[in-house]
Amino acid sequence: MTELTYLRYEVLRTCRNRRFLIFSLAFPLVLFLAVAGPHKSVTIQGISFPLYYMTGMIAWGTMVAVISSGARIAAERAVGWTRQLRITPLPTWSYFAAIIFCGYIMALLSMAVLFAAGSFIGVRLDVVQWLTMIGLLLVGLIPFSVMGIMFGHLLKLDSLGPAIGGVTSLFAILGGAYTPLVTSGFLFTLVKLLPSYWLVQAGKTTLRAGDWPAEGWIVIAVWTFVLSVLAVRVYQRDTKRI
Amino acid sequence: MHYDVRNPESFLTDSSRAETSHDRIVASGLTKSFGAVRAVRALDLELVRGTTVALLGPNGAGKTTTIDMLFGLARPDSGAVSLFGRTPAEAVKAGMIGAMTQSGQLIEYLSVRELITMMAAIYPTPLDVEEALQISGANAFAERQTRKLSGGETQRVRFAIALVADAELLVLDEPTAALDVEGRRDFWNAMRAFAARGKTVVFATHYLEEADAYADRIVLMSHGRIVADGAPTEIKATVGGRLIRATLPQVELSSLRALRGVTTADRKGDAITLNCSDSDATLRDLLTEFPSIRDIEVRGAGLEEAFLELTMDDEATT
Repeated sequence: MTELTYLRYEVLRTCRNRRFLIFSLAFPLVLFLAVAGPHKSVTIQGISFPLYYMTGMIAWGTMVAVISSGARIAAERAVGWTRQLRITPLPTWSYFAAIIFCGYIMALLSMAVLFAAGSFIGVRLDVVQWLTMIGLLLVGLIPFSVMGIMFGHLLKLDSLGPAIGGVTSLFAILGGAYTPLVTSGFLFTLVKLLPSYWLVQAGKTTLRAGDWPAEGWIVIAVWTFVLSVLAVRVYQRDTKRI
Repeated sequence: MHYDVRNPESFLTDSSRAETSHDRIVASGLTKSFGAVRAVRALDLELVRGTTVALLGPNGAGKTTTIDMLFGLARPDSGAVSLFGRTPAEAVKAGMIGAMTQSGQLIEYLSVRELITMMAAIYPTPLDVEEALQISGANAFAERQTRKLSGGETQRVRFAIALVADAELLVLDEPTAALDVEGRRDFWNAMRAFAARGKTVVFATHYLEEADAYADRIVLMSHGRIVADGAPTEIKATVGGRLIRATLPQVELSSLRALRGVTTADRKGDAITLNCSDSDATLRDLLTEFPSIRDIEVRGAGLEEAFLELTMDDEATT
């Protein structure tokens, strides 16, 4: 029960962070409406363009949400707050769990906003499609949550903004969130090893069934594992240096 | 538990030690270096539950490092800490430590009351939030957002965080550094009110006056060692003297040392320096016996000087 109270205030803090809301909710929404809005009735590769673009923006927005949530550890480290927490009975894992939870809350909000905007300009999906997409997105976000926690221990506060902006943009572009990818050749083989490709694919399952094969699960699992090992390393290095 | 045949009493001392370790904090042989800097050197300390102890010393004396080792925030190179019979990690986990680290800001996007409520939720048996706000004086701005607080207000909130744990041990590392004179007095009165509940309080400071006024015991640290340890009155007698400086040509040092209240006398050319335990008496004698004395200056001997002296003695004897 007590940890729930703690969690409640962490969520409250997240929702009050305006910058956070702007980057993970407003930016993808504005981009979506600006790009997809004027092309409501366009179809590419036999798919409605607004639907195609919505899935891309969802991948980007949710990625920003979970990475930013973990990365705010950098701010809390900078003001000595994590040190303060380490002299309390709160287990480190609960602290991280709360941060991941907050990232997911933001990601869900980001999805909700884009779903609403998508419906508004004519995106129609059935319940199973919505739920499949949401479920796979939540899975695809796991490695990015861990990445956020790693950044939170790795980066200084002033380099945090550019780093998050750069990394999320790069992952989004390479994963095909902004523009359709050329789906053949050597580069495409590499792209398919990125977790962001699969995050984008999570949305694409609504376009074509079977777009999330075993390969997707494996890539997500490997990235999660490797990033977790790195995050633990970085955390240990950070707490040792006093 | 093992029984040593050659020493029949070992069994007895073992069990009696186990009994008493629960009512005290014991640091034994604590040593910590940062590169070439030996921050804490073989420190032994035993604090009884319910006492208020000041760690007094200039910057770089090793106070913060010692405190960090009590918390388990820093791992000693050698030596060990036992907090009421537990390791620091166990004591932290059990919520037995309320702490105010030396520097630190608060997290944003919460009001003061919300932050204290959030922190209270972490502890197994927290203090009532209102009570923590009351004692710390943070109730005056409980609804304000944490980022809109002044330095002094932030310190009060950090104090409230330490209080709300309602922990057995309260550790405060230079808690009044950001406060003005009035804020300091309020702070220490609040600390005393909390200590009166039978809590153990350890605080670090470099002000002798604070240590003297608010601690039952003063542990004086310098260069990572304890150089004096005792009741405030004893420590004051050691380091709280005054310094008289004056110009007085051609005087025997021995005749200066013979004056009332002089502990040490020194001369460079015509300038004399007297360390005094009772500067009033010394001054009366000086004026009577040496009418030609001029440029008299009396001031409290700084702690830094006292520390230097103590440390130099220390180095000389080792």
